[in-house]
Amino acid sequence: MKELSRINNFYHDDKVMDACSLFGMMDTAGRRFSGKEVIEAIANMHVRGNGLGGGFAIYGLFPKYANYYAFHIMYLSREGQARVEDFLEQKFHVPHAEEVPTRPIPAIVNPPLVWRYFLEVQNEGTNSQSEDEYVIDRVMEINTQIEDAFVFSSGKNMGVFKGVGYPEEIAEYFCLEQYEGYLWTAHGRFPTNTPGWWGGAHPFNILDWTVVHNGEISSYGINRRYLEQFGYNCTMQTDTEVVAYAVDLLMRRHGLPVEIAAKVLAPPLWSQIERCSPEEQRIFRTLRQVYGSLLLNGPFTVIIAHQGEMIGLTDRIKLRPLTVGVKGSVLYLSSEESAIRLVCPDLDRAWIPMGGEPIVGSLEKPLEPARHCEEHKRRGNL
Amino acid sequence: MKEVVTIDGQGIFYRELNAKLRQAAWNGTQKIELRNVYGQRYIGTNLDKPVEIEIFGTPGNDLGIFMDGPRIIVHGNAQDGCGNTMNSGEIIIHGHAGDILGLSARGGKIFVREDVGYRAGIHMKEYQGKKPMVIIGGTAQDFLGEYMAGGILILLGLNLKEGERHKANFIGTGMHGGAIYMRGEVQEFQLGKEVGVAELDENDYLILKELVGEFAYHFGYDAEEILKYKFTKLFPLYLRPYGRLYAY
Repeated sequence: MKELSRINNFYHDDKVMDACSLFGMMDTAGRRFSGKEVIEAIANMHVRGNGLGGGFAIYGLFPKYANYYAFHIMYLSREGQARVEDFLEQKFHVPHAEEVPTRPIPAIVNPPLVWRYFLEVQNEGTNSQSEDEYVIDRVMEINTQIEDAFVFSSGKNMGVFKGVGYPEEIAEYFCLEQYEGYLWTAHGRFPTNTPGWWGGAHPFNILDWTVVHNGEISSYGINRRYLEQFGYNCTMQTDTEVVAYAVDLLMRRHGLPVEIAAKVLAPPLWSQIERCSPEEQRIFRTLRQVYGSLLLNGPFTVIIAHQGEMIGLTDRIKLRPLTVGVKGSVLYLSSEESAIRLVCPDLDRAWIPMGGEPIVGSLEKPLEPARHCEEHKRRGNL
Repeated sequence: MKEVVTIDGQGIFYRELNAKLRQAAWNGTQKIELRNVYGQRYIGTNLDKPVEIEIFGTPGNDLGIFMDGPRIIVHGNAQDGCGNTMNSGEIIIHGHAGDILGLSARGGKIFVREDVGYRAGIHMKEYQGKKPMVIIGGTAQDFLGEYMAGGILILLGLNLKEGERHKANFIGTGMHGGAIYMRGEVQEFQLGKEVGVAELDENDYLILKELVGEFAYHFGYDAEEILKYKFTKLFPLYLRPYGRLYAY
């Protein structure tokens, strides 16, 4: 038996009790803002992560190159870089390439080289594929066939910044205070089951879709095999990757609205379906038959983003936290309310959504403060 | 020894903040005002003195965890795990609370003015004179009173419109002790398989009168007005609902 009197670690630091941290902030009126508040907010949830992964996605990032695919690529060797640059020259028109600016800080050790390329798809050689399909195939080609290279961001007018470290350290390393966007998501990682490496940090991305995630996707194997049929290859060694490909498939390729896509990822329980109207029952049963393999099993909260839209979603029995805040036209999503309050103490409204219910911020339907007051009054909270 | 101590929480790590609270409580301070609190965890943990802690801001997860005696008043919302395994004392929240409010509580009282998240009162328990009591002014999300083994859970639904149902499904799933009192509309399908519905008896009304009275006092409501409406009592049908499931 352990001799209790000899325990000198009063706080029991040897047992790590963590969870990932998520934060999202979007001005639905389209105003671009610096990352200062986002970095401050995610840093406030420092204890949720353990320094093995941090990252950010920023939208509205490259107005000057808005129509070009912005590839962000990690290289583990100069040879990898040379091979990829040859490949890109063959497959794309490359009007501009640059090393992603970084500043050396002690906390970030052994980082890969990170480069950014603005790419244009040339019509010859695409085999009548759409540009997006062509780009996805090239990303998969690099990630599965070229050694020492990973494309971790491939959308237009947006970028992902991520690596091994606490999120506030990653922000400092990538000089994120210098960037502006109208939508930011952020993640602090506590890896479960899979390694903490640069490619495994969140957000995960394909085209302009990004996902940050807290939880565990225990249906990863089923989801992965289903997505492979559509040409998505999982290479990042962690469960969250399937969510990025799933939303690309459901919302971009199959054109499902977010409300329906949410019912695929977090479907209502059968007992709930039985209480729905016949028309709704038909929709929910059809979705479960067609997309059963994309159901995300296990506990999760995700913040999904793409150009013009930010979506918060939890599993249907809410095994991971999510708080929503609204101030004027700005929508906040966070693992903890305190992180939102730190950067916006006087929210118009803060609430905890129901499990499986998507919370959507959209440039197409900017939040109007007046409408929220009405909602507030209706609920009797004023 | 000071009667009132003010602590500014801005930028202070939770361990340091809790150490300051411990120091103040052990010095016999009667009241502590905590300002600029943004997510520091475990506030009030390990405190066994009858000190009053008034919090301005948003305290972090596991507020009042293992607390034994103090009274915490929050001017704002509470996050997840508030009142975790609390032994005695009071937590009064002038706002809403997150998920798993009062989980595994063994005693004490928690008052929440507005809504609560998922699994409020999960696995609360009671033994002899120790009995946790949770009183919620608004509505609750799913799995209210899950695996509840003792104590009292009251859901008032004060922000529901006429005829509007409570939000929660799976109420009292796995419940095997204690009682849940609900004011406002709730339908059969919202209840877990392990609870029964009963009319209130005289003793139930005495309990409600006392606790709703305290709730009304804390938040400025009229208790009689609240008590005019019909309440439903939920009770556990079985002592060991999963006894046959896990025993071989």
